[in-house]
Amino acid sequence: MSNKTGGRKISRILIYFSLIFLTIICILPFYIMLINATRSNAEIVRSLSLLPGSNIIKNYHSMLKGVNIWRGLGNSAFIAISYTILSAYFSALTAYGFSKYKFKGKSILFGIVLLTMMVPAQLSLIGYYELNNKLNLLDTYFPLILPGIANSFTVFFLKQYIDANVPGTIIEAARIDGASEFKTFHRIILPIISPAIATMSIFNFVFAWNNYIQPLVLIFSNEKYPLPVLIGFLRGSSYKTDFGAIYLAIAISVLPIIIAYILFSKYIIGGITMGSVKE
Amino acid sequence: MKTKKYSFYKEKYGYYFILPYFIVFSIFILYPLVYTFYLSMTRYDGFSEITWVGFQNYGRLIKDQFFWKSFVNTWRIWIVNIIPQIGIALLLASWFSDVRYRIKGSGFFRAVFYLPNLVTAASVALLFNVLLDWQHGAINQLMISMGILKEPIHWLGESTLMPLIVSFIQWWLWFGHTLILIMAGILGIDPSYYEAAVVDGANRWQIFIRITLPLLKPIMLYVIVTSLIGGMQIFDIPFVLTDGKGAPASSLLTMVVYLYNQGFQYNNFGYGAAIAYALFLVILLCTVVLIRFYHKGDKEYE
Repeated sequence: MSNKTGGRKISRILIYFSLIFLTIICILPFYIMLINATRSNAEIVRSLSLLPGSNIIKNYHSMLKGVNIWRGLGNSAFIAISYTILSAYFSALTAYGFSKYKFKGKSILFGIVLLTMMVPAQLSLIGYYELNNKLNLLDTYFPLILPGIANSFTVFFLKQYIDANVPGTIIEAARIDGASEFKTFHRIILPIISPAIATMSIFNFVFAWNNYIQPLVLIFSNEKYPLPVLIGFLRGSSYKTDFGAIYLAIAISVLPIIIAYILFSKYIIGGITMGSVKE
Repeated sequence: MKTKKYSFYKEKYGYYFILPYFIVFSIFILYPLVYTFYLSMTRYDGFSEITWVGFQNYGRLIKDQFFWKSFVNTWRIWIVNIIPQIGIALLLASWFSDVRYRIKGSGFFRAVFYLPNLVTAASVALLFNVLLDWQHGAINQLMISMGILKEPIHWLGESTLMPLIVSFIQWWLWFGHTLILIMAGILGIDPSYYEAAVVDGANRWQIFIRITLPLLKPIMLYVIVTSLIGGMQIFDIPFVLTDGKGAPASSLLTMVVYLYNQGFQYNNFGYGAAIAYALFLVILLCTVVLIRFYHKGDKEYE
């Protein structure tokens, strides 16, 4: 018996050791990024340090010469917020229509929504470019934002939520009180499903913020690029020899997401499993 | 009778609610899909006239050694990351869910392991690009100071190492996500199965192989299918990590990196579109095979 518990003790120590090792692997790259963002190029080149330096202001000015990071941050914020708002409102609208009304062709139309979830996003990239070329929407944010209105995954998720959490009696009661269908949706349904909308909005925001290939292809003007594209350009640039500035630029691009994660990690981790298998 | 008519009239409102979705869907999602397929049957450089060439682009694709290289690269990067990703996630999930170990702080560890997944892939790629720098990168500095390496390695120039590094980054980005899904799967298993197994005298390993794994099959299918769909489309990491054309020695040329270069660097819209549909075919076939395989396994257990 004591042998058994002793063995268990050793396994527990090994498990904690592995977990701490994995924690270091997950955090160390970001930690080095933050430390090196504050160190001078000479210091970075000379050796690795786990303590911050004092060169952050110089790195900041040097970074601004190579990349207009705040402009990129603003562009990314604008795109991601617009996309998230459109996704939230129109997905709720669509999900409610599918959940609470019976109309001809409903199952086929919902089947289309489900199928769209399976279609790989890069598949239509070239056709998407051509479409926006014809519509004169290249180098604008419309092609990055408008698809938020047709966000199949959010529709699917919200429909599940409405099916489970919005009883038909509430809608009937609102009708009897004389509320119009849209008024019912805006005044009664939206508040009830707002927790689910909030969860999906976090993911939609992160998706739009991180989107790289679409703006890379569809946007041409320097002042319109979102952050990930600007960051991508830093890789072959001549200015790459200034490591402190590069680390600082990466840190600025990454910090909003990390801060949001620290604030909302509970909802985010809970949200991951909500969308997956529920058989 | 009267109420029936009334509610039938209301039911039509469903169309209004779903209308905006389908307008945007038709223009911004469906049309580009169909139009890309049309372009895959043409020669087109984005400016001059579109010439219909039928299946010529697909014929060229089958003989294109760079396409096959991108195909093999994409698969290799995916397989080398999905196996340890699921393996380590299963191991961690079994530790966290085993009451005998009483692991403290499992919520904290899960949150930390998931963190890399949210961070912008382009930023992650540039971060690893500077960390891996030959002369001044932190990874060489760290490994030399720890005595693991004697000489700095020119990571970004090694065509045998770089696909492994991309697989590692993908693993790093995704194992926490897979862990959370598998944990949810394990917590969803009815405890009475375990109780019955313990009464029957099964050991821990037998319980894991005979009970936990089979009952995790739906979540495993979800993990593998979604990872495959994403993994076949891998772009941001290999694109930003090296020169954007698959260096070193085309070892990071994935299918979407090749698609991007054909379409938007060399203006071969028709050929790029054909690559896109070849990619779609690969994903479709694999998904169907996986789901078939999964359901076949189901019948055996009945």
